Amino acid sequence: MNSPEPQVIRMYEARQEIYPREARGRYASLRWLCVWLTQLTFYGLPWLTWNGRQAVLFDLVTRKFYLFGLVLWPQDFIYLAALLIVCAWLLFLVTAIAGRVWCGFSCPQTVYTEIFLWIERKIEGPRSARMAMAKQGPSLKKYSKKTAKHLAWGVVALWTGFTFVGYFTPIKLLGAATFTLAFGPWEWFWVLFYALATYGNAGWLREQVCKYMCPYARFQSSMFDRDTLIVTYDGKRGEPRGKVAKNTGKSINGGSCIDCTMCVQVCPTGIDIRNGLQYECIGCAACVDACDSVMDKVNQPRGLIRYSTDRAVVDGMTVHDIRRHAMRPRVLIYCAGLLLVVLAVASSLALRTPLKMDVIRDRGSMGREVDGGAIENVYRLQIMNTSERGHRYRIAARGLPGLALATADEVTLEGTETRAVPIRLRAPHGAGQTGSNKITVQLTALDDPALTVSETAVFIVPR
Amino acid sequence: MSDFTNNFWNLYIVVLTTLGVLGCAVLLYSQSKYKVARHNGPVGTTGHVWDEDLTELNTPMPRWWMWMFYLTIVFGIAYLFLYPGLGSYAGKLGWNSAKEYKAELARAESEYGPLFEKYRRQDLKAVAADAQAHAIGERLFLTYCAQCHGSDARGNKGFPNLTDKDWLHGGAPETIKQTIMNGRHGVMPPMGAALGSDKDIENVAHYVLSLSGSAASDPIKSVFGKSKFGACMACHGAGGIGNQALGAPNLSDKTWLYGGSAETIMETIRKGRDNTMPAFGDFLGESKVHVLSAYVWSLSNESR
Repeated sequence: MNSPEPQVIRMYEARQEIYPREARGRYASLRWLCVWLTQLTFYGLPWLTWNGRQAVLFDLVTRKFYLFGLVLWPQDFIYLAALLIVCAWLLFLVTAIAGRVWCGFSCPQTVYTEIFLWIERKIEGPRSARMAMAKQGPSLKKYSKKTAKHLAWGVVALWTGFTFVGYFTPIKLLGAATFTLAFGPWEWFWVLFYALATYGNAGWLREQVCKYMCPYARFQSSMFDRDTLIVTYDGKRGEPRGKVAKNTGKSINGGSCIDCTMCVQVCPTGIDIRNGLQYECIGCAACVDACDSVMDKVNQPRGLIRYSTDRAVVDGMTVHDIRRHAMRPRVLIYCAGLLLVVLAVASSLALRTPLKMDVIRDRGSMGREVDGGAIENVYRLQIMNTSERGHRYRIAARGLPGLALATADEVTLEGTETRAVPIRLRAPHGAGQTGSNKITVQLTALDDPALTVSETAVFIVPR
Repeated sequence: MSDFTNNFWNLYIVVLTTLGVLGCAVLLYSQSKYKVARHNGPVGTTGHVWDEDLTELNTPMPRWWMWMFYLTIVFGIAYLFLYPGLGSYAGKLGWNSAKEYKAELARAESEYGPLFEKYRRQDLKAVAADAQAHAIGERLFLTYCAQCHGSDARGNKGFPNLTDKDWLHGGAPETIKQTIMNGRHGVMPPMGAALGSDKDIENVAHYVLSLSGSAASDPIKSVFGKSKFGACMACHGAGGIGNQALGAPNLSDKTWLYGGSAETIMETIRKGRDNTMPAFGDFLGESKVHVLSAYVWSLSNESR
């Protein structure tokens, strides 16, 4: 600060290109397993058939969400909230125990980056070749390789966009429309938008998404503590680092780290894990794989960089101790919360009746007197048969002595039909008190008595 | 179209918005880089030092982020150019929500118009027999008619029951269509002064009740009332059978629009009644009214 010569500070910096080296090892295999599992699910699910329709279809036009045998209506929106709560608790739990494993192994950003990097390696060659090519001047070979890469990325991206739209519009019809490009305007928009998002995020932005855009990364640190598993460098063992000494396999300075920088080269976010835990670290363990293979080569034990906890590295704990520390109040609370929500959702789904009814009293009249002095009230039953099968239902009302329907007491609804049925309820003269009386309207399927819904309503006896 | 009666407010908003947008651009440009005293550390600092030795680290955002900020400014300017936003300037595209609403109406018309048009060319009784038309008519009825006539079309006090065979203006399907298209205005003038004393009014009310054979009718009062009923005959006819040409109700049945007690009838005689069925022709269009009329007619003519 004593130097008088001014320096230009840039508040916005050009991105430093990262050329991650391919990591091979246990964790890399695990990540590829996750890539296969998630992508087979994502690309395959919309093609399944159930009950003669697409098994998983979020039909936004008719506002019905099909999940295999389950049909969700807008009224079931609470299950979406429940799903989000389950996801949140799961994230809390997993993060508290094992840090950012979601980020490193299953996050779409990681998965698609992995696929795009694989394509890049196949076309442009390994890290060294890509770095060399970046330094080269323009040449036909360079541009043909680049073009091929972007075309391949484009194909994967378009396929992803197509599949995504296939969750919201029948994918087989969409597939047929592909050959004639007869998409509707919204289908065009979402296929291209999602394709562009995949291409941009996995091809160009990569670690920038994790560092600058991802909201999860921002608040995951609040679930970390000293017993959370993190990818960590064992500084006690590694330092002082230096070049490898021929006889021991250790560095010439005596530490285990031989400063080969493989851990830095494989890192997809371009950090040096030896500087300690950093917010850019997505816990992908590529550096663990790289370091392990180097340690194998120099005949040293693995685990210089490993999954461990802050407490374990500082206090020198064994794996057994780490496991013992996993069950701490924070983890138990997350488990309990998760279990509670899952049980609530499961029981509510199991007990759910695929039949809904709203009873709407006609506001025009209080209640009319009909022949014989009986009092009549008019209602509109908004009946929703949320199952895929048609049913015949019996309407019944109770709550006042002699309360009876003056209209047809049976109604038929087709599968997933909604209908407004006007009904009249009649109570004999003198039944109930002047003013409003609480009554219950009940709807029961004739072929399945378990399909019953009851709604309370008001019967008005005029003065 | 302008909501501004005074050009000052127009200019006020134009100037404020423009300065705001330009201000964002200037701020962004001026804050993207600046000169500070050189500091030799592992990580650069912004040069801000306070409380003697606290310094702010410079961990720069990515450059594309800055370009995104600039893009939003460009987007904002383009938006203000194309769409209304700058005071009373209507925007290059001339968009407004009323136009969009009309376009949406036109789209719905082009989609459903042919369907209604098909029914409009059919005879009303044929439309009434069509299941799809019946379902459409029911929905139209629940939307536009149920507020007064009830979901079940059985009416209310002052609002006729549409499911019986009793019609003020006639129950032919074409007449019903006339009623819905053009509305009806039913007026019963106050007859109190013409009939005479309260006693006379009461007598006439009991005579009216006797026409339908009501048990509530007092035979003596009824006899006295009969002689005064002449004032009513012009509209309701000699036997009180009503006149559909005038919309005068039949008094010899047990259907009462306002209630069939002697008190209610006396009130009707004394004060008269003024009843309006609004016209729906301009609002709904003839083809929808056609389907609706068939539905209403079917309510009292269907063998269900």
